[in-house]
Amino acid sequence: MNPQRIAAIALREYYLVRGSIARLFPLCVWAGIDIVVWGFLTKYLSTVVTGSFNVVSVLLGSILLWNFLIRMMQGVTTTFFEDVWSRNFLNVFSSPISIAEYVSGLILSSILMSLISVTVMLLLAVFVFSLTLLPYGLLLIPFVFILLLFGIALGIVGAAIVLRLGPSAEWFIWPIPAIISPFVGVLYPLAVLPHWMQFIGRFLPPSYVFEGMRAVIAGSPVSMQSLVIGSVLAILSLIVACLYFARVFRFAVRTGLIARYSAESVN
Amino acid sequence: MLSVTNLRKNYGDLHAVSDVSFEVRRGEIVGLLGPNGAGKTTTVSMILGVLAPSAGTIRVEGHDVMRDHRKAMERANFAAVYAPLPGNLTIEQNLRIFGMLYGVRDLQKRIEELIAEFDLEKYRGKKSGVLSSGEQTRLCLAKAMLNRPQLLLLDEPTASLDPSVARDIRAKIRGFVDTQKCGVLWTSHNMYEVSEVCDRVLFLSHGKVLLEGDPKTLHIKHGKSSLEELFITVAKEPLTLDLS
Repeated sequence: MNPQRIAAIALREYYLVRGSIARLFPLCVWAGIDIVVWGFLTKYLSTVVTGSFNVVSVLLGSILLWNFLIRMMQGVTTTFFEDVWSRNFLNVFSSPISIAEYVSGLILSSILMSLISVTVMLLLAVFVFSLTLLPYGLLLIPFVFILLLFGIALGIVGAAIVLRLGPSAEWFIWPIPAIISPFVGVLYPLAVLPHWMQFIGRFLPPSYVFEGMRAVIAGSPVSMQSLVIGSVLAILSLIVACLYFARVFRFAVRTGLIARYSAESVN
Repeated sequence: MLSVTNLRKNYGDLHAVSDVSFEVRRGEIVGLLGPNGAGKTTTVSMILGVLAPSAGTIRVEGHDVMRDHRKAMERANFAAVYAPLPGNLTIEQNLRIFGMLYGVRDLQKRIEELIAEFDLEKYRGKKSGVLSSGEQTRLCLAKAMLNRPQLLLLDEPTASLDPSVARDIRAKIRGFVDTQKCGVLWTSHNMYEVSEVCDRVLFLSHGKVLLEGDPKTLHIKHGKSSLEELFITVAKEPLTLDLS
């Protein structure tokens, strides 16, 4: 893999974000608004909830990490969509870049863009709503690791779907995090879900993160086994996502989809 | 330089390209001609590796395009009227991104050379999308020459340009070929341009190479008054041609 080609994809995204308020706005404002809304809600709830339940750490911490996953996913898909929107496939894929380098470029762009969102969210959550992540300690590392990998995996799958079905399939991609969120228990324990939803949730890596977060705040030990399962599932998701993208790309080259994406409109 | 052997592309029962074989040699400009739907762009897409052939091989400087896409494309580049560079990036940004993708050494120097050569200096900070057709074409050609390719694929590079700009562009490409000794595969519907620029032409019809020869004499050989008349015959009455 050639680092220069990977960097080219990330540099392109940097140029676009730097030169466009429309691109910078959602990175900062949407992420910030989520924290503000949930921040005030948790502030209110903490005045009515009695006992040792730490509303701010549980709810706001979960929202922050869930948003991190969403930003990771959208970082990958929007970098890919830039090539769709500017009809750039023919120029990019007729260059010497390999698929592995291209996907790595999407991931690098996503990590850099997510850093902007996460910084805004963290600053607001910590300084305005007094969120402290200290109770999570070193467990934050596996939590972030799992969400990062799964967010990237979702983004790559989203990109593959749009490559396969055409630009209008973009509308399938934006709601994916919202569709997944009820199953992974971002705001509630999996135990409150019906069995069939719990069953699906057990195959989704973020479930293990949010269950673990709640355990930490409740003062219970976090099961290392569940973190390992979550990590393994996240790694597997990423591998499957990359294989799926490569498969769709081969299909697109075989059928002429790549060439047509640029030369004429695809619905 | 470029070797295409028994190239075929089928979409179900439709044979878009059938058993096409040809070569482009060093320092040679080869015109790929034919009516709409003859298979020119399909052939160019396969040479670029963005469309897999159903059969046949394509080699750029000995590197198989499908098996060793990276090495083949490091030695090639292309410009096409239907593939403008991203309009939301400036000229300089576009050249930098593609220079990095093509692994161009001493990139800043190369960008400055191309900006000067294609007279893009006063637009360098402008978004490519707001450039005129002529300026966009010059930018696409600058991108196509970033890596000093040994094979240049030009799919209707002067379409939508006025005759004066088109002549300048042709002169620049001819100059590049003469200095770099690269090979060019050039598709065009402008027969005047083809006879002026190309050393050899291939006429495609229904996915097959029907005729091949010197654009200055090929029409005479087939009893036509001009290359344009020969083109029209290939497009409308290919069976009336004496192909012996």
